[in-house]
Amino acid sequence: MHIVVLMKPVPDPASAGERLGPDGRLDRAAVPAVINGNDEYALEAALKLIEAAGEGEVTVLAMAPASAPETIRKALAMGATRGVLVTDPALEGSCTVSTTRVLAAALKTLEFDIAIAGVDTSDGQAGVVPAGIAALNGLPYLSYAAKIEPDVAAGTVRVRRISPSGYDVLEAPMPALISGTQALGEPRYPSLKGIMGARSKEVRTVSLADLGLGGESVGGAVATTRVIGSRAPESRAATRVVRDNPDEAARQIVDFLAERRLI
Amino acid sequence: MGHILVVGELAPDGSLTKLSTEVATLGRSLAEASGTTVHGVVFATGGASAAATAAMDELLAFVDTASIDERATDGDTVAPVAAAVSTDVADVDVVLLPATPNGRDIAGALSALTGLGVLANATGARWSADGPVVEMSAFGGKLITDSVFTQGRGIITVRPNAVTAAPRATAGTRSETPATSAPTLAPVRVVDRVEEGAAAVSIDDARIIVSGGRGVAGPEGFRLVEDLAAALGGAVGATRAAVDSGWIAYSQQIGQTGKIVKPQLYLALGISGAIQHKVGMQTSGAIVAVNRDADAPIAEFADLFIVGDLFEVGPALLTALRARPD
Repeated sequence: MHIVVLMKPVPDPASAGERLGPDGRLDRAAVPAVINGNDEYALEAALKLIEAAGEGEVTVLAMAPASAPETIRKALAMGATRGVLVTDPALEGSCTVSTTRVLAAALKTLEFDIAIAGVDTSDGQAGVVPAGIAALNGLPYLSYAAKIEPDVAAGTVRVRRISPSGYDVLEAPMPALISGTQALGEPRYPSLKGIMGARSKEVRTVSLADLGLGGESVGGAVATTRVIGSRAPESRAATRVVRDNPDEAARQIVDFLAERRLI
Repeated sequence: MGHILVVGELAPDGSLTKLSTEVATLGRSLAEASGTTVHGVVFATGGASAAATAAMDELLAFVDTASIDERATDGDTVAPVAAAVSTDVADVDVVLLPATPNGRDIAGALSALTGLGVLANATGARWSADGPVVEMSAFGGKLITDSVFTQGRGIITVRPNAVTAAPRATAGTRSETPATSAPTLAPVRVVDRVEEGAAAVSIDDARIIVSGGRGVAGPEGFRLVEDLAAALGGAVGATRAAVDSGWIAYSQQIGQTGKIVKPQLYLALGISGAIQHKVGMQTSGAIVAVNRDADAPIAEFADLFIVGDLFEVGPALLTALRARPD
C-alpha cells in the first residue's frame, strides 16, 4: 500500500512568537517551523496502516520554502519512506487557491492508494485545501477522520468522520483523499535509529516548472486574498481572584453571572 | 454587481443551525451596505423534504430570497453540494458559509472549482469600495487582521458568534432555483451514522460552555461538568488532555487541534489554560475559571478566577444555581 501524507511546516504555535511581515504576510523566518499538528496525526495514521499491512511506503509531500527539509527530515525520522518538497520562490505569499492547485498537481505525479492531510493547519486554519485538492483531482474526499480502514482486496477505504453526535462511516473507492484529526492518535517520537536512518532517505525537490505550472496561475503574484491591516485585540479586564470557601466562591460566581446577565 | 449567497446548514434534527442564522445576518448586512440582495439556500437530500422546507422558511426570516436545492443526493456527503453551488456563482460576489466541517469542505471544493479565494473563520465583515473587508483572528487570538479579496469577490467561512442573529423586518420571499446540471465530484457513500451516547449539545452554537480539563480527573468528573452545563443551559467542552484520556468525545474538544469557540460565558473547570487550549476560547465573552493552582496560566486571562477544588466549588455552584428562582 502506498500512502501520501500532505504535510505543512508551520511556525511553532508554542513559540508564541508568530508575526506578520511588513507585507501583511506571515513572517516564516520569525519562529522555528514544526510539522503542523494535524499533519502529524495524519502521518502517524499512515505509518500505523503500513505497519498493519506489513508492507508499503509513505511519501511525505510538502509545499514550503527551500528551508523545509528540516521538518521533512523529522517526518522521515518518524518512519516515512521519502519526502517530496515543492518549492519555488514564486510560491511565496500563495493563497489557499494556489496551494490547492500546486499540491493537486504534485499529487498527480505520485502513485498512491490513500493520501492523508491534516484537516487544517495551525497557521492559516482555513481547512479548505484538502477538499479543493480532491475536487481538482477527481478524488473521493473523506474528511474529519477519526479512524481509517482500508480494504485492499475490495479496493475501498472506510473512514469514521466525526459528527456532532458521534461519527458517520464513509466509504469510497481508492485512491482517495482523507483529512485527519487528532482522534487518529498520538504521533510517535522519532527513535534514534529513525533519526540516523532519515539522513540517507531521499528528499526530492520539485519546482513549479517541473509541475508544468507558471507564475500566472499560482503564487504570491496572483494571490486571491490580501491582508490590509492588523491590530492587537482589546486586552481583557484585570482578573478578579477569589480565594473564599466553596459556598462563598459559588455565590460570587452566581453574582458575576447575574451582573453580566448570563443567568 | 452580483448578489450575496448564504449556504445554510441543517442540524441533525433538520432545523437550521443557529450559526446559519448568524451567517445569514452577516450576509444581509453586507448586502445592505453594498446595495445588493442576499439569497439563502439549503440543500435537501433526495427532494424537498418537510425539514428542508421548514429550514428554508427559517432562513427566509433573515435573507431577501431563499430556495431549496435538491441536487444533493441521499447518502452522499458534501461533494454534490459544492458541485451544485459552483454552477451558481457567476453572478455572486460573496458566498458565505458556516465555518463548520461541512462548511469548510464545501468552501474548499467550491474554491477549487471556481478559483474564488477563501477568507476563513471570519469574526466579522464589512463592505468597502474593494468589496468585503473580512476580520479574522490570527495566531491564536494574538492579532486581529482585516483582509480583502484581490478580485473583490470570494468565499467567506464564518465563525460562531461573529454577529448576533437578527431577523429582517419582514420575511423574505421563496424563490425557485432552476436545477441546472452540476459538475460531478467523486462520490462518497455514507454507510452508517453512529450516535455515541446522548447527542451532545453543539459547542458551535452554544451561548454558554462549561469545559473540563485534566483536573476533572476522569469520566465521573465530567458528570459534574455536564450537570453544570445543564443547569446553565450550556454545552460541554473539554481540553485535549481530557479527550485524549477518553473522558469525552473529540467533537467537544476546544483548542488548537479542536474547535475555536466564542460563547458569552466560558466556565473552565480544572483547566490550566495552556496556549493550545487558550487559542480556542480566549475571545469568549466572559471567562470564569476554577482551579486549585493559583499560578495556573488561565489566572492571567480569566475575568473571574476561583482558587479552589472544582469538586467542592462545582457542587456548591450547582446548588446555588438550582436555588435561584426561575
